[in-house]
Amino acid sequence: MIRLGSAATIGLMALSRIAQLVAVILVIATFNFVLVQAAPGDPAQVMAGQSGASDPKLLEDLRREYGLDKPYAVQLASYLGRVVRLDLGYSYRQRRPVVDLILERLPATLLLTVTAFCLALLIGTTLGALAGLAAGSVLDTVFTVLSLVLYATPVFWLGLMLVLVFSVTLGWLPPFGYETINVKLAPLEHALDIAKHMIMPVTSLAAIYLAIYARLMRSSIIEVAQQDFIKTARAKGLSGPSIVVGHMLRNALVPVVTVAGMQAGALVGGAVVIETVFAWPGLGRLTFDALLQRDYPVLLGIFLILSIVVIVLNLLTDLIYRLIDPRMTTGAA
Amino acid sequence: MDATRAFLRHPSGMVGLVVLLVVVVIALIAPIVFPVSPWEMVSAPFTPPGEDGLLLGGDTLGRDVAAGVAYGARVSLVIGIASAMAAMVIGVTIGAISGYFGGKVDLVLMRMTELFQTIPAFVLAILLVATFNPSLLTIILTIGAVSWPPLARLTRAEFLRLRNREFVEAALCQGEGTLRIVLGHILPNAISPILVVTSLTVATAILLESALSFMGLGDPNLMSWGFMIGAGRTVIRNAWWMSVFPGLAILITVLAINLFGEGLSDVLNPRVSRRRS
Repeated sequence: MIRLGSAATIGLMALSRIAQLVAVILVIATFNFVLVQAAPGDPAQVMAGQSGASDPKLLEDLRREYGLDKPYAVQLASYLGRVVRLDLGYSYRQRRPVVDLILERLPATLLLTVTAFCLALLIGTTLGALAGLAAGSVLDTVFTVLSLVLYATPVFWLGLMLVLVFSVTLGWLPPFGYETINVKLAPLEHALDIAKHMIMPVTSLAAIYLAIYARLMRSSIIEVAQQDFIKTARAKGLSGPSIVVGHMLRNALVPVVTVAGMQAGALVGGAVVIETVFAWPGLGRLTFDALLQRDYPVLLGIFLILSIVVIVLNLLTDLIYRLIDPRMTTGAA
Repeated sequence: MDATRAFLRHPSGMVGLVVLLVVVVIALIAPIVFPVSPWEMVSAPFTPPGEDGLLLGGDTLGRDVAAGVAYGARVSLVIGIASAMAAMVIGVTIGAISGYFGGKVDLVLMRMTELFQTIPAFVLAILLVATFNPSLLTIILTIGAVSWPPLARLTRAEFLRLRNREFVEAALCQGEGTLRIVLGHILPNAISPILVVTSLTVATAILLESALSFMGLGDPNLMSWGFMIGAGRTVIRNAWWMSVFPGLAILITVLAINLFGEGLSDVLNPRVSRRRS
């Protein structure tokens, strides 16, 4: 009964999330459309970018293609229609469809963000739980100070400092890139090579979130420890470790996971800067290049796709949330 | 005042305040200590710290890093404070309307707030600044435009809590107008948590500004910390000082604001703070 009930709620939730995803895509696409209209200069010039704006034939083609002589409503409808068909426009700078450029870079960004997200959640909650259980100890103080400092550190600067220490000074890790170029490696060695290149970008991206989750988990554990059901468990004679694992962790994780979902957008934003620091061949790097060339269609497309990534990450944390929240699994049926 | 006395006894809050005051003083006296513009070349390129009279060294063009750090404090503080104010105005307006009127208005505004909170704010900021070209004003408005959601949610919660209180009903009975009730009665009672969150928003705004100028989206006429780190990035192998010092400046300033803000929070909202820590 209980399982069925929770499976049904998860199904319903997934459906409403998909509806939300479609709504968000439409809203963001509309926003992009409005932004192009609001930008200084005529939309054709904006879309053509600095290089294309001097080419009258290109501008004429663009005006015809986007129907810029038609009413706004018609333009918007045709724009939304194209977005739904995954046509995100054309990069006149790179002479390729925007969607191809983005899909080519998306896996590298996902690898970076998802790894950082999972590690931050895993290590952050573990450290936070340890600090919370040992509240007031030296360990707790060290964690608190460290998380305060990390919370104030710009991600990109942290990345550079890691490069300074571990590449420039110690020579342990490759300073940038995704893999060692011009070398033929066996599959396993290749994976290890990528992993080695990932250490610093992932660390700098995960650090701040690790600090946030650790602080939250710490206060959450302290709060849960004072609840009546923990006293009951103690009174029943349950041992320390089984109370921590069986009763405290699940309850304490709930607020952390909620915040983790809310931070997904910031994490993806951080990835954009970190990729610039480490020349990581993902969407962040593409953003930086597009910015240098004012390649507007690419920037609009990246904003749309990264928003979708964030919503998917949110969906993921929602699922975790449903799995760990005791009220969701026992109370829902 | 009680709150002032309590703050004076708050150790980390005071450390934050003192450090912050030092940063403010540096920003104020930058033109006196460094009369030469931070864009001027004053020594040979790549001068290491301590040589040639340059405390923090010179950059790739021989510009004084110390002057850049001092002038950068002006940019960071101005942008940080102004954009936090912008975020406060937007957030409080939306939150107040949402919380006071409730119903459908609340539903629509909160959906919008959630949307803004979900989308990657930094990517939106990049898009906005790139669209309207980087200048002091566009950067401030952009950071304000992506930083308001937490303030809107907080204001809404405070308004929901306060709108049915007796003093509001009393004001209604006396026939006071909506605007007067909102601005004159509810807002003053909700102001302390709003000020705390606004002060913490200054810190995130400074971080956001530094990331934007690191990506090349700073005001091209202003020397900023993020720009300096971005310029020093490619030569970090030979010249660590060009990126280390501006980064430390950001770290120290943001840390000071966070400590100050949390101290403020402990003093003004002891109930909320105790739950958080």
